[in-house]
Amino acid sequence: MAARRLAETQPESFAFTAENRAWAEREIGKFPPGRQASAVISLLWRAQEQEGWVTRPAIEAVAAMLDMPLIRVLEVATFYTMFHLEPVGSKAHIQVCGTTPCMLRGAGELTEICKKRIHRDPHHLSADGAFSWEEVECLGACVNAPMIQVSKDTYEDLTPAIFEKLLDAFARGETPPPGPQNGRQHSMPITGLTSLTEIEYAADDVAPKRPAAGAKG
Amino acid sequence: MLADKDRIFRNLYGLHDPDLKGARARGAWDGTKAILEKGRDAIVEEVKKSGLRGRGGAGFPTGLKWSFMPKEIGDRAHYLVVNADESEPGTCKDREIMRHDPHLLVEGCLIASFAMGAHAAFIYVRGEYIREREALQRAVDEAYEAKLIGKDNVHGWDFDIVVTHGAGAYICGEETALLESLEGKKGQPRLKPPFPANMGLYGCPTTVNNVESIAVAPDIMRRGAAWFSSFGRPNNVGTKLFNISGHVNAPCTVEETMSIPFRELIEKHAGGVRGGWDNLLAMIPGGSSCPIVPAHQCDTAIMDFDGMRELKSSFGTAAVIVMDKSADVVRAITRISYFYKHESCGQCTPCREGMGWMWRVLERMSRGEAEKREIDMLLEVTTQIEGHTICAFADGAVWPVQGLIRHFRPEIERRIDEYSANPKPAEMMQAAE
Repeated sequence: MAARRLAETQPESFAFTAENRAWAEREIGKFPPGRQASAVISLLWRAQEQEGWVTRPAIEAVAAMLDMPLIRVLEVATFYTMFHLEPVGSKAHIQVCGTTPCMLRGAGELTEICKKRIHRDPHHLSADGAFSWEEVECLGACVNAPMIQVSKDTYEDLTPAIFEKLLDAFARGETPPPGPQNGRQHSMPITGLTSLTEIEYAADDVAPKRPAAGAKG
Repeated sequence: MLADKDRIFRNLYGLHDPDLKGARARGAWDGTKAILEKGRDAIVEEVKKSGLRGRGGAGFPTGLKWSFMPKEIGDRAHYLVVNADESEPGTCKDREIMRHDPHLLVEGCLIASFAMGAHAAFIYVRGEYIREREALQRAVDEAYEAKLIGKDNVHGWDFDIVVTHGAGAYICGEETALLESLEGKKGQPRLKPPFPANMGLYGCPTTVNNVESIAVAPDIMRRGAAWFSSFGRPNNVGTKLFNISGHVNAPCTVEETMSIPFRELIEKHAGGVRGGWDNLLAMIPGGSSCPIVPAHQCDTAIMDFDGMRELKSSFGTAAVIVMDKSADVVRAITRISYFYKHESCGQCTPCREGMGWMWRVLERMSRGEAEKREIDMLLEVTTQIEGHTICAFADGAVWPVQGLIRHFRPEIERRIDEYSANPKPAEMMQAAE
């Protein structure tokens, strides 16, 4: 278990923006009547996206919206580790996957860089407030190890040099293109296809171009 | 080796169109209505006959699981819940399905739900898979728009899909913890019985299936049980997504036949072990909870449920983690122990306290700061934890430790000898949590 507590300094109040409130109503509507509590994770998540972290007033607001006892929402906020209970870096919160598959391929070097460039300890803001970092448990991109997640995107197949460059880009306020950083196609072997070579695909059956980074979702 | 014509996941690497048009061109949503017209029992029977075993790790026969749902729909709704909380270290197969072949999953949800009398399915995606969830939601929206699902759809079975998500808790991959989480609570597993087929989501009959199990169902129905069961050995049939990570030259995800020899899998698809086959130290066959298999057993290892059980390991999710001789095996397992310490839900004392205890002992052992008698004590404690908790999380957490001691005890002892010959002052240990 991870011991997680609310931050000591909290803002005065919280309110969803009109757009987010409408979204929240739709989200609640996805579940059967009387089961609105099912939306608690998505609502806290949206609150975090809006404020950058999960504040006590946000927890109270979500409890009121869902007609849930405050303690139940507090439990959820502290149980699930993707909820930031304190402010994170304004430009990037770096989540380094440190679990065994990533560790075997050099995740330790990435955390060392975080310690050097951001803060000695995880969950602390850098001096300028732009960055924070933490080592997280398996992010589920093990064949693209080592990797990090920043906001909604993953940056995979990293080396210390590439990681330093990514940090530089975030520091300049950019959102670098996510995915594998060594030129490979998702989870395909870097040496090329070993399967799926003999299927005749339709001529227009090609991957669509979608804005991968920074898209609203 | 599996022929391309027999592969189910034809857009595994995202080279092609994941949307409805592309999915249809590759065969999805083909004859779905005819499949449903066969009727509930025929579908369940076909899936049973196909020999499909759940792809989420435990390998329970999928068709049999479906047959546990009540035959008649009573006052309570029936639900299908798809477990997309893929979090077992090493495992990243469902990710590819959700972002590159999501329509196979959506179609599978309709077929499975129909077979169980469910008019609604919930897909619970792990919190970290944000882009994957967006891709899946896009496919669901497309299916609604094309009237493939929803009210008054072309298939004549009213059916809704809700894509929802967690927020970073491995335990929510345990089916009853997932249901708790879906109901808006902490993900703490429930006591069984009652089983979900009786009392699941919102107290209603529910079946929880892995993403891959559901996504292969449409192809089983289209191509027939005999086709699916023609791959692999009896009791271990079908095609399977393998994840190959760690010390190989070309880590990758690939669809292969069940019962493929380990060496063939690694050398055909992952470019072989780094530094050559003889440089192999060990492998973990199916995600972090599966006991480690040392190199000398890998020569002839068969990648399926029975093959791995014979080696006192487990096939799990077929997420192979390879370690070459440069790997620090004690540290690798210690890190897995840390993972379980971090992810224990805290409900049962043997797990909550035991996970941290095991990790702290292993942390010392990986530096050699231990006594040899502690190895047996550690082993003894793992057997005290195993089987004494509500869910199988703690079992999965002690197996890798037991595997380490079974195969690498001399390595632990070597470190202890090395350290005791030249001891350094102990570092301050982290307090109990």
